[in-house]
Amino acid sequence: MIRLLVATGRGTREMLAGIGAVARFAGLTVGHVFRPPFYGRELLQQLAAIGWQSLPVVGLTALFTGAALALQIHAGGARFNAEAVVPSIVAIGITRELGPVMAGLMIAARVGSSIAAEIGTMKVTEQIDALVTLSTDPVKYLAVPRVLAATLAVPALVAVGDAIGIMGGWLVGTSRLGFDAAVYIQNTADFLEAWDVLSGLVKGAVFGFLVALMGCWHGMRSARGAQGVGRATKAAVVSSAVLILAANYLLTEFFFRA
Amino acid sequence: MIELQGVHKAFGENRVLRGVDLRVATGESLVVIGGSGTGKSVLLKCILGLERPDAGRILLDGEDVGRAEREAFLARFGMLFQGGALFDSLPVWQNVAFRLLRGPARRPKAEARAIAVEKLARVGLGPEVADLYPAQLSGGMQKRVGLARAIAAAPEIIFFDEPTTGLDPIMSGVINALIREIVTEMGATAVTITHDMSSVRAIADRVAMLHAGRVRWHGPVAEMDAAPDPYLQQFIHGRAEGPIPSVR
Repeated sequence: MIRLLVATGRGTREMLAGIGAVARFAGLTVGHVFRPPFYGRELLQQLAAIGWQSLPVVGLTALFTGAALALQIHAGGARFNAEAVVPSIVAIGITRELGPVMAGLMIAARVGSSIAAEIGTMKVTEQIDALVTLSTDPVKYLAVPRVLAATLAVPALVAVGDAIGIMGGWLVGTSRLGFDAAVYIQNTADFLEAWDVLSGLVKGAVFGFLVALMGCWHGMRSARGAQGVGRATKAAVVSSAVLILAANYLLTEFFFRA
Repeated sequence: MIELQGVHKAFGENRVLRGVDLRVATGESLVVIGGSGTGKSVLLKCILGLERPDAGRILLDGEDVGRAEREAFLARFGMLFQGGALFDSLPVWQNVAFRLLRGPARRPKAEARAIAVEKLARVGLGPEVADLYPAQLSGGMQKRVGLARAIAAAPEIIFFDEPTTGLDPIMSGVINALIREIVTEMGATAVTITHDMSSVRAIADRVAMLHAGRVRWHGPVAEMDAAPDPYLQQFIHGRAEGPIPSVR
C-alpha cells in the first residue's frame, strides 16, 4: 500500500514537473518571438514546409471528411425528415469542428513527427551543442521559426480545408443525394456565419502552436541513439494529438457555450 | 589561461568528475587522455557552459566563466565535435561561415563565402566542396569541414573532441598534422580530448590523464613515456593488465 502511494506521489510529482517544464519552454519560445535576432529565412523555410507542403494531405482529408459527413447527416436526418439540413450542418461541422481538428491531427502526424525527428537527430549528433558554441540560441534558431510558422500556417490550411470540405459535401450532395447544386450553395451561404469560420481559424492557430511546440520540446529532450529519436517522435505525435483534442474541447466551451 | 578548480559533475548517481584541477596556459596545446566514460567530453562541455558543474570553479583569464557575458565568451571559442556536428540542412560553405552570417560577427554574404572557401582551402578542401551538403561528404571530409568551421572566426581557444575517431590511420595523420599546424600558426590555446596516442604525440605540448573523475597525471608530452605512473603507462601502451580494470 505504501509502495503504491509512493509510486503515485512520484508519478504525480514528475507529471507536474513535466507540465511546468513545458510551460516554461512555451514561455521562453513566445518571449523570443519578439526579441532580436530574427531568423526570417528560417521562418520562410518553415512556412513552406509546414504550410505549403501540407496542403495535399489537409485538402484530401477535408474532401473525404466533408463527403462522409454529408452522407451521415443525410442518413441521420432522414429519420426525422430533416434531409434538407445537410448543406448547413456540413458547413457548420466542417468550419467549427472537423476542419480545424482534422487539419490539426494531420499536421501533428506530418509536421510534429518531422520536427521532433529533425531536432532529435540534431540533439544526438551534437548539432545543438554546436549551435550553442557558435553563439546561437537553439530555442531562438530552431523552435521560434517552427512554432511561429505553424501558428501562422495552420489557420491558412484550415481555411483551405474548410472550402475543400464543404466542396466534398457539395459533391456528394449533388451527385448522390439529389440536391440541386445552386440550392446547396445558397443554403450553405445562408446558414454559415463569419464566427463559424473565424472560430475554426483561431483553433487552427492554437493547434499549430501546440504541434510545433511539442515537436520542438520532445526533439530537444531526445535521448541518445535511434531509439531516443524514435521515442521523441512518438511522444511528440501522441502529446500533440491529445493536446489538440483537449484544447478543442476547451475552445469550444469558451466560444460556443450557451 | 583556462583554470579548473575542484570541478565536480554528476549525472544522477554517476559521479563523472570528482574534483578536477587543471590549468591550460595561453597558446598551449593540452591533450586530455583517459578511458571511455572518464568524463573527458563532460570536461569540455563544462568549460563551454554546455553543462553546469555541480561544484568548483572554471576561470578564463581569471574570470569565472559562469559570470561571463555569454556571447562574448563563446565568441572566443571554436570547437571541432567528435562527429563533426555539421548542420545537415546547410551547404558546406554556410556551415563553415555560420558565425559570419549571423550575430555580431556578421559579414556580407559574399565576404562570408570567400572566408569559408579560404578556410576550406586551409584544411585541404577545394572550392567545389563549398556547395555540397554534409551528407555528400566522407567522414574525413566532414572532419575537415568541422575543423574549417572551428577556425572560421579566428578564435583564441579551440577545442577538439576526439578529432580522429572513425578515421583511417592516414586520414588521422592528416587531421593531426592539420590541427598542429593551425594551432601553431593561429597562436591559439588548444584543448584536445582523445584516446588516440598518435594524436597525443602529434598535437600535445602537455598531456593530462583523467581517471576516476580526477587528473591522474599531468605533464609535458616529452615526459609522458618516462613517467612512473602505472595508470598512465597502462593507458599509453594499451595493456590489458594493470591498475585500470578492463572487461574481457
